[in-house]
Amino acid sequence: MARIDSDPLTVPVAANSSSDVAGANVDLTAAAGVEEVPPELVAQSMGEYLRVYWRRVRGGDSGVLPVVVGIILVYVAFQIADSKFLGAQNVVNLLEQSSIYMLLAMAEIFALLLGEIDLSTGLVMGLAAVTLAELVQPAGAANCALCPHGLAFPWWLAIIVTLLICMGIGGIQGTMIARFRMPSFIVTLGGLLILEGVSLIVLNGNPVRLGNLQLYDIFWGHFSTMVGWILLAVVVVATGVSWWFRDASRRRRGLVAPPASFTAIKIAAVAVAGVVVVLLCNENRAHFGIIEGVPYLIPIVFAVLFAWTILLQRTRFGRYVYAIGGNPEAARRAGVNLPSIRTWCFVLAALTAGIAGILFASWQVFLTTNIIKSANSYVLLAVAAAVIGGTSLFGGRGKTIHGVLGGIVIGGIYNGLYLLGVQSEWVDVGIALVLLAAGTIDVLSRGGGRPGTT
Amino acid sequence: MTLTQGTLEPVAPGEAAPDVDLTAAAGVAEVPPEILAQSLGEYFRAYWQKLKGGDSGLLPVLVAMVIVAIAFELITPENAFLRPSNLVYIFELSTVYMVLSMGEIVVLLLGELDLSIGAVALMGGVIAYKLIQTPSPNFPWWAAILVSLLCCGVIGGLQGILVARVRIPAFVVTLGGFLFFTGMIVILLGGADTSLGLDPTNPNQAVLYNLEQGNINVVVSWVATGVVVVILGSITWFRAASRRRSGLVAPPASLAAIRIALMAAAAVAVLAICTVNRGGVFATIQGLPWVIPVVLGILGFWTLLLQQTRYGRYVYAIGGNPEAARRAGVSLPWIRTWSFALCSATAGFAGILLGSFYYGQYSSNVGDPGQLVLYSVAAAVIGGTSLFGGRGKAIHGVLGGLLIGAIAYGVSLMNLGTLSIPLEYILPGAVLLLAVLVDVLSRRGARTGKDAARV
Amino acid sequence: MSEENEHGVGPHPSATAEPLLKLRGIDKHFGAVQALYHVDLDLPAGQVTGLCGDNGAGKSVLTRCIAGVHQPDRGQIYFEGRPVHIRQARDAAALGIETVYQDLALADNLDIVQNMFLGRERTHYQMLDEDSMERSAGETLAGLRVTSVRSIRQPVGSLSGGQRQSVAVAKAVMWNSKVVLLDEPTAALGVVQTRMVLDLVRRLRDHGLAVMVISHNLNDVFEVADRLAILHLGRMVAEAPAASFDRQSVVEYMTTGVSGGRPDPSYTPLEQPAEAAAETEA
Repeated sequence: MARIDSDPLTVPVAANSSSDVAGANVDLTAAAGVEEVPPELVAQSMGEYLRVYWRRVRGGDSGVLPVVVGIILVYVAFQIADSKFLGAQNVVNLLEQSSIYMLLAMAEIFALLLGEIDLSTGLVMGLAAVTLAELVQPAGAANCALCPHGLAFPWWLAIIVTLLICMGIGGIQGTMIARFRMPSFIVTLGGLLILEGVSLIVLNGNPVRLGNLQLYDIFWGHFSTMVGWILLAVVVVATGVSWWFRDASRRRRGLVAPPASFTAIKIAAVAVAGVVVVLLCNENRAHFGIIEGVPYLIPIVFAVLFAWTILLQRTRFGRYVYAIGGNPEAARRAGVNLPSIRTWCFVLAALTAGIAGILFASWQVFLTTNIIKSANSYVLLAVAAAVIGGTSLFGGRGKTIHGVLGGIVIGGIYNGLYLLGVQSEWVDVGIALVLLAAGTIDVLSRGGGRPGTT
Repeated sequence: MTLTQGTLEPVAPGEAAPDVDLTAAAGVAEVPPEILAQSLGEYFRAYWQKLKGGDSGLLPVLVAMVIVAIAFELITPENAFLRPSNLVYIFELSTVYMVLSMGEIVVLLLGELDLSIGAVALMGGVIAYKLIQTPSPNFPWWAAILVSLLCCGVIGGLQGILVARVRIPAFVVTLGGFLFFTGMIVILLGGADTSLGLDPTNPNQAVLYNLEQGNINVVVSWVATGVVVVILGSITWFRAASRRRSGLVAPPASLAAIRIALMAAAAVAVLAICTVNRGGVFATIQGLPWVIPVVLGILGFWTLLLQQTRYGRYVYAIGGNPEAARRAGVSLPWIRTWSFALCSATAGFAGILLGSFYYGQYSSNVGDPGQLVLYSVAAAVIGGTSLFGGRGKAIHGVLGGLLIGAIAYGVSLMNLGTLSIPLEYILPGAVLLLAVLVDVLSRRGARTGKDAARV
Repeated sequence: MSEENEHGVGPHPSATAEPLLKLRGIDKHFGAVQALYHVDLDLPAGQVTGLCGDNGAGKSVLTRCIAGVHQPDRGQIYFEGRPVHIRQARDAAALGIETVYQDLALADNLDIVQNMFLGRERTHYQMLDEDSMERSAGETLAGLRVTSVRSIRQPVGSLSGGQRQSVAVAKAVMWNSKVVLLDEPTAALGVVQTRMVLDLVRRLRDHGLAVMVISHNLNDVFEVADRLAILHLGRMVAEAPAASFDRQSVVEYMTTGVSGGRPDPSYTPLEQPAEAAAETEA
């Protein structure tokens, strides 16, 4: 482009549209762009990667950094307060309890990515738990209001039916939100209430005991130590190989790919984390006798994480979810079927909450009406976990792994406070503060709320 | 120069309906009939068209009230629903929801949502009850109420700052507030099982007790009501007349007359119900419960604030188009913060009423904060307030609250055995969903503010 | 903002008098990007000045500099002959400079009177003085001959595009304003509505205001403008009475910075910028 030597650069300004005027921040689009590109895409070497990553963190998009820092802080703090915190017994305990939060957070993320919220996940979990328990009641146990003679379902059938019911609930809520465009917090708030009532009806006033061994094992059972190591090896090798070859082939074809050292470090990190977990689990954590080995629920949670990550990152459906969260109008004009995608997200959220419910039932074993009432508080923790993990409340930003990481934080806080003997009211207060803090961080990291809000 | 009827034109940026309307025809449907009508007949024609266009105002809630009254009258045992004693009980119960609703409405008008009002209400009640305890601190009743309202206002203000200046979404902030204060109540009460009580024989504490439980002397009730009706009626009449005389837009005279007549009829009906002796054989309980004039006073306050002050005007403006309000120089953070503060203060007073309703006993079980919020939001929406902002009035809270109270009480009257507890959850949930569904569907064509921007 | 001059009716200056608003040597850059370069502009009272330019020419930036949203890096603004500093929107309003942006900034749920007085309500002992506001709003609309609204109390959401534009314009001019800037007032309006708005613009001029209309609809511009000011890539390449232009020359100025019949000797054209130049603008 020819320039007049004596004149300053006269490039036409990329001005904002008139509707974004008073007090306008005119973005220096070129300069702004650098901060927002994920470092793995532009970096050619490890050093450059770290530089670009640091610039991005300072620009506000810190990804999982806050939550990792949070995990370290919380766990170190509690370990100092009570040295039993990171002992083998407690850590596995902690992971087991966190699994519920992780699953609920992963469920919540489906709604949050759309820019919506699902307040009913806690009660979907509760309803799933009591439904599961009632379905496997042996014949003759006249307990449930809706099935007076005990249906005696086999455990696998009960699980399938429960999950289908959950998906149906998600579909109903999703339809109201996606097709009638009712606000999601109201629909799921109403859903929460209705589900609470339905759960109470299912329980019919009597507590129910999960009397099925296989279902009990879901939460409390574990692999043998040897199997644990084999599983770890399989997982690490599989993910390592697939990551390596994918990145290598992209690099070979000249496509955008992170530097090789970056991939290697990622694989190593996964391996190290896996080894740590298996080691901890294989230590004897029983008060009497021996309990050793990786609990069944770890691979269950991992499988859900894996499935949803693939769905959100690698499929068209997932792409559309992020698109709707980022700019629904643009997605609509691009031909994305908004009602369908939105409805399915709520179905998947309810499904994940249902899985959480199965684990929950297995964990509690003895389900009473108080359990139903307490299921309510889980939703706040799920939202807090997702936001702490890095998912934005405003939509379009977040990953399934955030649910896992956030769940570890919340589980750690809850477990730690319990170990320290803090009363439940104060725990409520504490969780509220954590939620507020997470929300504040989310807003601040977005530079003041969703772009375009006044 | 007038607009040619029936012109088809592309939509200007910022225009309400995305459909290509025959603008003239659409315009007629959306203009409040009382503005255009010159005669009563014209008014009803225009009103009918407005109904068909989807903006039904108070009609759904009034129709719902009639349906609910008839339905419950038929299905409750001994057709007890419409007995005066039950009706007065419904009035008393509803007042809590009415007040909560009126507080929530100002936040809804902004296009936000305050989920903490249930917990804040209980906080307000606990604070007031604690302050009025003998031997200490033994505040006079008006001081106890004032301090309680102040504390709740501060709570609301803090939440408002987080929403308005830090820009955390309101439902996160108020959700956190809900949790926080639910825990705080137990801490303030000193444990989950303790309770605070009022002694009705103590004249200072009796004031709070009598809010719900005490009644005004029958004669005084009739006289006072008569005076109030006459005053309000004349103000309405003369204002309309003077506007008509000076050539400003005003509804036809017959419409004003009908409105005054309806108001008088409602007052007479309520008074009549309250005058019937509801104490049975052993006692004479008659007269208007104190809480009714108190709540009507609150209604008057909020109506005046929203319709006749600059602050109220700005609330509606922000709900309708925050950018327009900002450009006009309105300080959005200021208005928003104040609204949350006033909402919480109003909720605090509702909490005081709640304690009085439960015979002056305050424990952590006296109310479920979650249920309180849901009922009051449902009441507001059923009454006609929009969840998306910019549309609603204080009276919606009163009518919606009455309906919610009637439903809640009616359900409890029916002996449903084990179903009764679950129904306490299911029914408000279903009612809320229905109300919102009606709100959303009925506004398909007339989306303003946040609703217009939703894709 | 005195009460008596609310309709902006003032003396009708002759065309040779000092322009009401004068910009001299305005520079504005954003980072490395020069948005305006040595821009001069005259806005005389009682005339309509059409500001033209292609996307990215700097029309919006110039408007916002006058309106107080941006501060120029160099140059001077003169109002009624005196140099002024417009640091924020309030300063512009205090001088009597009003802007009507493209999105109109109207609240659909409020009626016409409430919108016109938004932010500047009249109160009587803290209560809104509805009657007096209604009367004034009615007089303003009548003075501008906006008669197509059925009732001044109908919600703005129920108005047509042209009526909304009229209300937005009336809202701008009722406050003793002397300069009115209209950003794309006829964009997305149909034929009849456009006529309504253009008639309104002429009436503003007849009341003695200095009106600037930003538009890239040349039909509308030629219909209503007394003067044209054309921007090209941040420079003012032509500014003269409208009669001295024809459509051809205006287009040439807008797209190349020169016109076959009237080259500006001090101006050397740049190569055409890439697609990036056609950024979203007014």
